[in-house]
Amino acid sequence: MRELTYLEAVREAMSLEMRKNDDVFLMGEDIGVYGGAFGVTRGMIEEFGPERIRNTPISEAGIAGAAVGSALTGMRPIMELQFSDFITIALDQIVNQAAKLRYMYGGKGKVPMVVRTPSGSGTGAAAQHSQSLEAWVAHIPGLKVVQPSTAYDVKGLLKAAMDDDNPVIFYEHKLLYKTSSEVPEEEYSIPLGKADIKREGTDVTIVASAIMVHKALEAAAELEKEGISVEIVDPRTLVPLDTETIIQSVTKTGRLVVVHEAVKRGGFGGEIASMIAESEAFDYLDAPIKRLGGISAPIPYNPELEKAAVPQVPDIINAVKETLNK
Amino acid sequence: MEQTKSLKLVPEISDEKLKDLYKQMWLIRYFDEQVDQFFAKGMIHGTTHLAVGQEATAVGACALLSDEDKITSTHRGHGHSIAKGGRVDKMMAELFGRTTGYCKGKGGSMHIADLDKGNLGAMGIVGGGIPLAVGSALTAHMKKLEYVTVCFFGDGASNEGSFHEAVNMASIWDLPVVFFCENNQYGMSGNVKEMTNIENIAERAAAYGIPGVVIDGNNIIEVINATYEATERARRGEGPTLIEAKTYRWKGHSKSDAKKYRTREEEKDWRENRDPIKKFKEELIEAGIVTEEEAEKIKQEAKQDLDDAVQFAQDSPMPTLDDLLTDVYA
Repeated sequence: MRELTYLEAVREAMSLEMRKNDDVFLMGEDIGVYGGAFGVTRGMIEEFGPERIRNTPISEAGIAGAAVGSALTGMRPIMELQFSDFITIALDQIVNQAAKLRYMYGGKGKVPMVVRTPSGSGTGAAAQHSQSLEAWVAHIPGLKVVQPSTAYDVKGLLKAAMDDDNPVIFYEHKLLYKTSSEVPEEEYSIPLGKADIKREGTDVTIVASAIMVHKALEAAAELEKEGISVEIVDPRTLVPLDTETIIQSVTKTGRLVVVHEAVKRGGFGGEIASMIAESEAFDYLDAPIKRLGGISAPIPYNPELEKAAVPQVPDIINAVKETLNK
Repeated sequence: MEQTKSLKLVPEISDEKLKDLYKQMWLIRYFDEQVDQFFAKGMIHGTTHLAVGQEATAVGACALLSDEDKITSTHRGHGHSIAKGGRVDKMMAELFGRTTGYCKGKGGSMHIADLDKGNLGAMGIVGGGIPLAVGSALTAHMKKLEYVTVCFFGDGASNEGSFHEAVNMASIWDLPVVFFCENNQYGMSGNVKEMTNIENIAERAAAYGIPGVVIDGNNIIEVINATYEATERARRGEGPTLIEAKTYRWKGHSKSDAKKYRTREEEKDWRENRDPIKKFKEELIEAGIVTEEEAEKIKQEAKQDLDDAVQFAQDSPMPTLDDLLTDVYA
């Protein structure tokens, strides 16, 4: 099968949808001839024109609100939020309007919009362009939250997000844009709320999201050399969360390490750990749950400091060994 | 139509329609006066923001809108809802938290919406509805639909960033939206003269290259004319207009307002000398459209509608706990 990069998978999913559904359009900063800050929309304005590849002013609240209003009145907008850090400016529209309109109107209206946004550190962009803030939106009833880790998942999950009648926040990890995997040419959908076991194993479960899936895979390959068998569960969507797959895996292995790039304190890992603690899998735990996440500091500029601010492969290896008392 | 000339109306409006507008103004006043009393008696809970004294802006701005045309409303939205064709019984039921209410009892005073009538809903976040109105206008533009969107907001909201982002976007894309600022002089306790450094909020239109119009918001004829011009311009594809209607809320900001920030004399002046309903009645009588007796009859009809609405609300069922988790997601 042909390979596609994560970035190309985003573009292909949108383009396939836009070719067949006139209600789908894209709004964002510099998404026109510039092609978007990361090049995701390159070539799209040439194919779809400036009406549907709608280059906007630097107005995140305005764009988000226009997306909500157009979704409420019959369009299916995709908003490209240039960096996920800028969600601070758009949050009123996302949290107070998009997430709540249907409920507070008593089930009238729907807001089928996707907010696509690059997140994560590792680019040297420092504190205001490197955050992973997915826990904020996962906290809000009414929103769905997607965090794909591979090009294959990107294409299927973005299709599902575009088909969904609810506001979906779709996190794209910057460092994954250039990674490749096999991606079918035809359209396909991966249901939101279905985790993927990225590696099967028997000794320890690692629940890892976004780029941490890849770091966990690396760690698992190292650990295998020492005879430790690691299972890696990629939730793929935080809301809805496939609790069943995670519970089954932990029930099988009896050990859980949760790893994400976002700051550990208040991060979504706490939700996963708590969910397991409240579930039938708790009785199967042979060791305390281990959480790995970013340190409680802004992302620093210096490359060595930046790396140290978020979990790396050796951290994951150590965490797995700790749960095994090794 | 001779009478419309004497009323100085720009668009043609039938006598029947004018009488209906007069009735709508009374419906708004009765509705909000009634709600005020219910709150005082503890019969409904939460909070509420009343538009008594601002009836002409809502009714005038919506006078010529069809059901396809849209509005976005604010925390002070009962008047907008009524003016856009909303049913007072379903509104009152909502305030009583009943399943027959517009939001099945889940929205309350601040979130009444009626999508079938083009009311995209009341937003409790100041300025929150302004970008949303631009999105509604964007749909009309992209789908080549005829409708216009009238975006209500207050003087306070014009200091929100969302206002400036939204007006700028609508202006660069020539979207069919009318930004209708009800300047009732106060954002909660903040006097507009202390919170802005300009005489008129409509001056802000110049920053976005669109027309800005200042009108007497307590003169419904001025409101109808200005909104008509703005909506016609929008329908022609010439883009948005910012209308600033000067008005006054007779009541406090919400139910717990001691109104220390303004004088009783100021309130008295607006009540006695600039009552929008009284003014419209005088003009209707002067133009020979209604007699004093007919005007009184219309007023009583409005009162009756309101009484029926209260009865409907009180007779309606409460939601059950089963409803708690429905409609979070579509």
